[in-house]
This record gives sequence, structure tokens and C-alpha cells, in this order.
Amino acid sequence: MTTETTKGKYNVIGTRPIRHDGYDKVTGRAIYGADIKLPGLLQGAVLRSPHAHARIKSIDTGPAKAVPGVYAVITGADFPGAHDTLVDLGEGAVNFRYASNNIMAGDKVLYKGHPVAAVAAVDKNTALEAAALIKVDYEVLKSVTDLMEALKPGAPIVLEDLEGQDLGEKIDGPTNQANHIRHDFGDIEKGFAEADLVIEREFTTAMVHQGYIEPHNATATWDEEGRITIWTSTQGSFPTRRQVAGILQLPDSVVKVIPLEIGGGFGGKIPSYLEAVAAILSRETGRPVKLLMERSAVFEATGPTPGSWMSAKVGVKNDGTITAAYADIRFEAGAYPGSPVGAAMMCVFSCYDIPNTRIDGYDVVVNRPKTAAYRAPGTTQAAFAVETVVDEIIEKLGMDPIEFRLKNAAKEGTRRADGPIHPLIGNIETLEAAKASPHWNTSLKKNGPDGKLRGRGIASGYWFNIGLKSAVTIAVNEDGTVALTEGSTDIGGSRASIAMMAAEVLGIPVEDVRPHVADTEGIGYTDVTGGSRTTYATGYASHDAAQDVVSQLRERAARLWDVDLDEIEFANGNYQSKSDPELRLSHKELSSKLGSTGGPVVGSASVDPEGAGGAFSTQIADVEIDPETGKTDVIRYTIVQDVGTAIHPAYVEGQMQGAVVQGIGWGLNEEYFMNDDVMVNSSFLDYRMPTTYDLPQIETIIVEVPNPGHPFGVRGVGEVPIVPPVATIANAIHDALGIRLRESPMNPGRILTALDDKG
Amino acid sequence: MVEKVRVRATLNGEPVDFLVAPYVSLLDTLREELGLTGTKEGCNDGNCGACTVNLDGRIVDSCCVLGAEIDGSTVETIEGMAEPGRLHPLQQSFLEEAALQCGICTPGFLVSAKALLDKEPNPSEERIRFWLAGNLCRCTGYDKIVKAVQKVANSA
Repeated sequence: MTTETTKGKYNVIGTRPIRHDGYDKVTGRAIYGADIKLPGLLQGAVLRSPHAHARIKSIDTGPAKAVPGVYAVITGADFPGAHDTLVDLGEGAVNFRYASNNIMAGDKVLYKGHPVAAVAAVDKNTALEAAALIKVDYEVLKSVTDLMEALKPGAPIVLEDLEGQDLGEKIDGPTNQANHIRHDFGDIEKGFAEADLVIEREFTTAMVHQGYIEPHNATATWDEEGRITIWTSTQGSFPTRRQVAGILQLPDSVVKVIPLEIGGGFGGKIPSYLEAVAAILSRETGRPVKLLMERSAVFEATGPTPGSWMSAKVGVKNDGTITAAYADIRFEAGAYPGSPVGAAMMCVFSCYDIPNTRIDGYDVVVNRPKTAAYRAPGTTQAAFAVETVVDEIIEKLGMDPIEFRLKNAAKEGTRRADGPIHPLIGNIETLEAAKASPHWNTSLKKNGPDGKLRGRGIASGYWFNIGLKSAVTIAVNEDGTVALTEGSTDIGGSRASIAMMAAEVLGIPVEDVRPHVADTEGIGYTDVTGGSRTTYATGYASHDAAQDVVSQLRERAARLWDVDLDEIEFANGNYQSKSDPELRLSHKELSSKLGSTGGPVVGSASVDPEGAGGAFSTQIADVEIDPETGKTDVIRYTIVQDVGTAIHPAYVEGQMQGAVVQGIGWGLNEEYFMNDDVMVNSSFLDYRMPTTYDLPQIETIIVEVPNPGHPFGVRGVGEVPIVPPVATIANAIHDALGIRLRESPMNPGRILTALDDKG
Repeated sequence: MVEKVRVRATLNGEPVDFLVAPYVSLLDTLREELGLTGTKEGCNDGNCGACTVNLDGRIVDSCCVLGAEIDGSTVETIEGMAEPGRLHPLQQSFLEEAALQCGICTPGFLVSAKALLDKEPNPSEERIRFWLAGNLCRCTGYDKIVKAVQKVANSA
């Protein structure tokens, strides 16, 4: 279902063409990172720490080096020792020294799975066999994986050299508190004093993983000229180049990253893990080296999203007006600083217009893998807290959940709690569409079959979206087709959406645009595929590059007809003379005359747009709970979302549905299950993600409030849909059982315990 | 050095005759020895279905079968699904219904779905969801995958 405001406005945008890379992907021909073959290729293996926290006293690589077929064994000592340089990767920053220590431990291991050595050998089994022979002498240290424990005085210190900050002041002495920041707005005490009802609650959420199906991989050569070439699956070939160069203390330009097809990322394939290791193994062996990560290592040693402790407090008047709100958000950063607590603070209250707010955020290091971005990083956790408190307020006031949200809705001109003013946004339109939805207007029978109990929940969420840098070139072929080159790796159909925008400008069918993702030497700098920026920013560049083509083709027409450039107008894919209707050529006809009018036409654009425009989603869930087992089934789910303009509505729906299902897994059963501070469920069997059989159809309602900051009104789509699901499910569980769960996941054990407590 | 085993089998309708070490999985045999990288590794422990192939009419996770075990068997992988120049209706349907995003799980889903429709041309939505529960997808939320299979089933 689509509430379309762009219907009939465009020729290509809003249609559902087959994606250009689809044929290769349904036939098995597409080459993903693990599929690359090179002459003389060696296979690698990484030895990882079994301990959550230990000092490395010594490493004996001798027995491994003695294995026939082993070409090299490396440790942290083979790395150059990167300096403390902080670089923004688009969705989170990286400190090269920490990044280097994260991919190959220095003097300490900080979490189970932390790499300590790597082997290159003639084949995978030889490499694994040799890695198992490396002797590491560890001095096991006390560890801490719970963030509230890590903040207590006397807690084991994860990073001895960490300079903790508290509200801008340096913390004296060792600490696990990397940072404490605050946003203050209005007068929080006065705001709560004005309230008739104040609800304050505490929440926790477990660490969860992005769960992409393709494990990390990297293949590298380090040649005689000192140049490094890397084939990998990454969300950003340029940011990967930046990280590899930073870790190896080399100029960016000696590293070339060739992005192969990528099997999912959701933020988790922005950080680089294997690339620099493969490069050093290649330097040591003179051969190309491939590394494939095991699934257990993907869980244990790549960036999940933080577990959290949060407190949320909201005050309202009896008429439902919010007078004040406070949030304390504490995130596990993992072994190095840099959780997405800042993003959570930007979003936590941003659905609402609240005159008095305070938000505290803590970034806490613990003996867990360094967290990475995961789809609207940090914001699902924050929404779980605030939307659950809002639901409790709505219940106490006896108000309608959508009317309450409409009454307090943030709109154009509302100041966000962290400072920025909302531009034109679709918050109210999204709530109105939810109110009109078939789901909201169908009553739910509260008693299910076999004594099961049903409930309905609703929650909203916000994500700010980002712009950043993208480059696109468009070369015109003589047959009228065009080759579009971009730097955004295509993680879910973006070649199609980027090509559609060029086709729209040029007035040609989308099939006549051949999109191509280039390596770092084939296109200008382009930031990550993340932050919901690709269709927005690379699409913006595509639009501008296509306009550059149009402007050059107008010049060719003027030359061809020997008339002034001002005489040539372009409309509906045709170049024509204003004064002589006989002089008219289509894009295709004019393209065939390039050879005789000055040679090839190549349009190009690079952009860094700042009008990304925030996105809102409101979601409705019906759950059915078995009070005997505590199992919760989602039996109906609707997502309503403002997407600005849906370029390819099928892939927009796909983003919405996929994010919701990740959120359902997050809320109901996914978690890093720790025992003695090490993860013990690091397989898909034990870290159970939703399957087809666990789910209903996910109903989608696309709302289009075009973003004035984009030539076609695009807003980022991929992240905001994962913001409300955990809260939506919690509110549905409350409706079914009359109990409020404030710990995620809301698994059968927690539901049974809560039912027992209720009596 | 372990001695390699000679294996003769039928792969995507063609006879194959190769040597493989006895400890190498069918997944690695296909990908490394036989050059068929369309079958994907997601977990290497039988829990994600990305490496699904059809072995003598049954779908299996090829990471949990040894290459040496297929001697005398018939194996079908994603590379054998389309006729020359013409996609299988399921492949066409996945494209038309946007049933893939990153595409890494897609070969496994297609091989699994084909095995279902070969046995049961008109399965219910419930049956499709049950049958495909051994294949994990993290991008789509499964909605469009189920619809793509239903579309082919309904036109059968």
C-alpha cells in the first residue's frame, strides 16, 4: 500500500524495474568477496583469544612456521604501530591505533575472539592446522562485560591508557568511562514541576549482532612497488582504503580497494578487520593472500550494536501535553571507545516537541568486541525506553496513542533536544497514515486459540539520515545508452535506484543506463553505503551528473544545427530548437552524432549535500503469547514510514520489511549470551535469528513527504524502520498480558518470570 | 599428505570426474575444486542454508556433506537452474518481486524453493514458510521471497 504524492510526476521514478545486477545474483554468477580467485593465491587463518581479558606474555610461532605448506605467520609485532589519529568514516569515527590493536592484538587481548596471530598457507586446512600450533602464553586478567559494573570504582580496567571524559573534564586516573556528554534544553526542573504526571523507568537491552549472512573476507596483494590491492566485501571502498592505509601508516593513494559484491552489512561492514592482515601476509609471502572469517568470529570479533542501560523520565499535563523529558543512556562501546550513544541522544526525543529536556549519554568500554554501526545505530535501544514510557503515560491518561503522539508531534521548525531545528518532515503525515491504516482500524480479538493471549502495540521512531560525499560519472554511448560509474557499493539494489534517477533526468528507459560500482581508482571519493545516504547522496550526484550530460548534449545540438546555445531546449528526453520545430533530436538520436560533433560526452558530479532530512516511522504489532511457555508470536505487523520519494518502491518496501524483522529478532530473542565473560552462543543455531516460519507478512505503508533537500525529494529509507520495533513489541506484550517488560530481549524466560511475579 | 579420493558424479546434468581430499566439504569442493562459486558459505555449520544444493533429489547444506560422498550421485546447484538463455520461473519471479537485496542467500533460497515446487507445485503460504525455514535471510524480512515463490506456485 502506498500513499503516493509523487504519482504521475515522474516517468521512471516510482516504477519497479528489474535491478541491473539481479541476473547475476539469481544465477550464482555474481562475484562476492569470498569468490575471488588469483594466480598463486594463499589462504589464511587467524588465531583468536579464548580469554575475555589477558596480557600476552609471549607468542611462539615456531611450530606453526614448521608446518609444510605454511608461508608466513604474523603477530601484532609485524604491524607498524599506528598513531592516535581519529578519522570520521561517515557513520562513526575510528582511531587508527585502536583499529590496529583491534584487528591484531598488541600486549593485551580485550575480548574472546580478539586476533593474536595469522597464518598464510597453501590451503585453508593447512592454515588452520598451523594456527592451532601457535603457542600463546597468556596472563589471564579480571574482566568486565557488564557496563554498570565497568563504571563502578575498582572495576577491572579494560584500557590502561584510556583518558576518560566527563562533561568535558578529563577524568583523573584509570577508568572505563570513555565519555559522558549532555544535551540540555529549557529548564528541566521547571518542566517536571509543571507536569501532572511523571513516569520514570529503567531499561536494559542486550548486545545484538547485525547478522549479515556473508562473513567478512579480504584478499590482498602487496607488490614490489609497495602498492597494495585489496578485494573485499565492504560498505565503503574508500573508507576501507582509509582504514587500511591508517593502520599500515601509509598514504591512502598506495592502497587500491576493489569492492566485490557484498552479502549484507547493516553497518557492520564499515569497519575493516581482515584487509590489513591479508596485506601484511602478502608482504611477507610475496603472494596474494585470502582470509575468510568463520561465523563464530563474526559474532565474537566484529562489531555488534551495544547492550545498554537506560533511564527515561517523561512529564505530562493531564491534557496530554509533554512538559519535560529526561534520558540517561549508557552504552557498551566494546573494547575500545566509540559506541553510537551520540546518535541515540540525537534521536531519543525527536518525535516530540518538548520544551524542557536533558539527555545524558555514557560511552563505556567493556571486555566485549568493539561495537559498530547497526542500522540507525543506538536508536532502537533509545526508542525502546522512551516509547515504552510514553505508552505507560498514554495508558494512565486514557488517551488514544496516535492522538497523544499527534498532540506532541515534532514538525517543521521544532527544535530537536540536541539543537538542530527539524526541516520539513513527515512525522504528522506518518501518524495520520497509521491512524487510517487497515491494521489500526481492525479490532483484535484478545483471546487467541489454546489459551493464548493477544495484544496490540504501537510505537514511533526517528532517524536523522546523513548526506556526505559521493561521485558519479556518466559516459554516453553512441547507441544512446549510458554507462554510469559510482563509488557506492550496492548492498540492496542501489544500482537500480541510482540509475533510475539518471534515466529520469536524461529521459531514457532505466534499462539504457548501465550502472557500475568502480574501485577506488575508478571514481572520485565516495563515502560508505550507510547512514541511509546512498540513494540520497549518490542519487543526488547521479542527478547532477545526468544534468551535466544534458548540458553538454545541448551544446552538441547547438553545434550540429549551428545555432546559439540559448536556442536549444531540453524537454521530455528531446533536444529541440525553440524557433524551428523541425530541429529536434531525441537523446538516442543525438548520441549517435557525438563522433562528428566533438567526440565522447562524459558527465560528472561530486556532491556533499547537507539536506538529508530526517525520517519517521510508526509501527503497529499484534502479538499472541502462550502463557504456558512464554513464547511470543508476531501475528500481524504494519510499518508506516515517510520515505520522501520512493525511487524504487519495491526495494523501499524491502528495506522497511527487513528492518522490522531484524527488530523483531532483537526484541524477542537475539542476544549475546555470556558465560564467564565470553560469548557462548556464537553460531546461527544458538544466536537465533527470525526465520520465514517465525513471521507473518509485514504490511508496508509508504508515506511520501518529499525532502526539499534533494532534487527528487529523496529521504534515507534503510534505518528508521528498525527504530520502533522493540518498543512496539513491548507495548503489544503489555496490551496482551498487562505487564511491562523493560529488559530486551523479551524472551520466553522473561515473560514467564514476569507472569509469575504478577501472580 | 592424505591421499585424494576419485569422485565420479553428475553435476548440473553433466558428468564430472575429479580428485578431492577426503576431509573437504562438498561446499569447498564445489567452490574451490570445481569453480562453482554460486553456492555460498554463510556459517559452515549447517545453520544458514546459504550453501543449499540438491543431492539426489534432497536439499542438503553442502557444508555438512563431504565432497567425496557425492560419488555416484546427482548434484544440482544454482548454476544449473536456468536453461541456456532462459531463467527458471523462480529466478524470474525473484527478480520481478524484488525478493533479494544483498543476494548472498538467494542461491540457497532458489535451490530450496525449486525442490519444494518440484514436489508440491501448489504449496500454501504456511507450507512455503515451513519449507524455507532452513534458509536464513537478513535483508528482506522474507516477505518478498515468500511472495515470489507463491507467484510461481499459483501460476503452475
